[in-house]
Amino acid sequence: MQTLLRTPLYKRHAALGARLVPFAGWEMPVQYEGVIAEHRAVRTDAGVFDVSHMGELEVKGPRARELLQSLLSNDLDRIEPGKAQYTLLTNEQGGIVDDLIVYERGPDGFLLIVNASNREPDFDWLRERALPESEVRDVSDDYALLAVQGPKAVEQLELPGAPAFTFAPGKIDGVECVVNRTGYTGEDGVELLVAAKAAADLWDRVLERGVVPCGLGARDTLRLEVCYPLHGNDIGPDTDAISAGLGWVCSLDKDFTGATELRRIKETGPEQKLAAFVMDEPGIPRQGMAIAEGGEVTSGSHSPMLDRGIGLGYVPAELAQPGSDLTIDVRGRPRKASTVKKPIYKREES
Amino acid sequence: MAAAESYPDDLRYHPEHDWARIEDGEAVFGVTWFAQDSLGELVHFEAPEVGSTITKDQPYAEVESVKAVSDVIAPLSGEVLEVNSAVAEAPETVNEDPYGNGWLVRVRLSDPNETGSLLDVETYRHHLAEQA
Repeated sequence: MQTLLRTPLYKRHAALGARLVPFAGWEMPVQYEGVIAEHRAVRTDAGVFDVSHMGELEVKGPRARELLQSLLSNDLDRIEPGKAQYTLLTNEQGGIVDDLIVYERGPDGFLLIVNASNREPDFDWLRERALPESEVRDVSDDYALLAVQGPKAVEQLELPGAPAFTFAPGKIDGVECVVNRTGYTGEDGVELLVAAKAAADLWDRVLERGVVPCGLGARDTLRLEVCYPLHGNDIGPDTDAISAGLGWVCSLDKDFTGATELRRIKETGPEQKLAAFVMDEPGIPRQGMAIAEGGEVTSGSHSPMLDRGIGLGYVPAELAQPGSDLTIDVRGRPRKASTVKKPIYKREES
Repeated sequence: MAAAESYPDDLRYHPEHDWARIEDGEAVFGVTWFAQDSLGELVHFEAPEVGSTITKDQPYAEVESVKAVSDVIAPLSGEVLEVNSAVAEAPETVNEDPYGNGWLVRVRLSDPNETGSLLDVETYRHHLAEQA
């Protein structure tokens, strides 16, 4: 029997009556009041997610930048201290070992926030390739991470405005944290990196400000509506970055692991592409369902904003453009769907 | 709003968390409070065809929440006379009122002797307690 890990906020979740489920080796809240209500709170107001299960890896030393430039797909020269970047850790085949956000803390220091289930593989990957003057440490246990997301998130926390993909030290009602202008919901918001021992305090302060506690159920429907891929579902070591539609985070003019293969795929064109689709008939697509025209669903759920089934899946490249007809095998019932432009849900600009 | 936990004593229950309200050779079927609470807010009801035959202990429909799909098991055998279109339109009706407006199908029973195998409310509550 496997023992599930618990974040520093476990008792808070239990006290709130959260439904706790195993996720990537952790016992995590999937919902408090209900996935749909939590989803709507993030789209219209502000919600907070405990994402402390995510991993934090520190890369330091005079050759830290050189190491990361050779392993990460995006170009670190495009950012500077105080800025962050969405990037991929790629293998020789151009497959995606992980997708992550790298934070440049200073000229010689970077923090990588990685998927929970990839914390160890990523750490091993980096450490095995570390250069003499670079140091890689897994500091995940030192931190908790709270994502506060929604159009009113910044206002409710009384934080100053700041551009996306920047970060700076901050305080929420006296609790020190690093305020990252990042997220996984398609909404404005922040991710607060806090010392593990201050996490419960920070959580309490955030809730006192009227932010709605949200579980991983809503996190999944929110990210799917805006077509953020989920590692393990939509992307993985066997799916290359170009087919996954992540060419925009691959700087193919620099050298990094898998760059040669990715250049080749880009030039010849991928056979399959990760497409977004919405159901035209009743039924909810789910991971693993076959698509009659070729390929399969990699993520599927009910969209609370569109009130219908939506999904992502690899389809033959010629069907990936918006407006193609697909047929999803919903447990033996063929159901019509159409590919759409990403994101599936786009917030209305006010 | 989700309903408060309840198990009416005028219903007969199936261990797979379904109920039947039996009257004059017909019955209305639905899922219990426990079933809807386990699934969470329902977003899809895959209904059987009117006129189709359903068999006791076999799946006859599906109910689906954001996170999960579940077969609905027929508590008794018969022919589907009516599907609750209100639930097809607004599946969350099941969460709001699992024994009233959230009924699923009305069935003409094919074997009246089957009813004896269903549980009364006390036996069903005991069954729930054993599962907990």
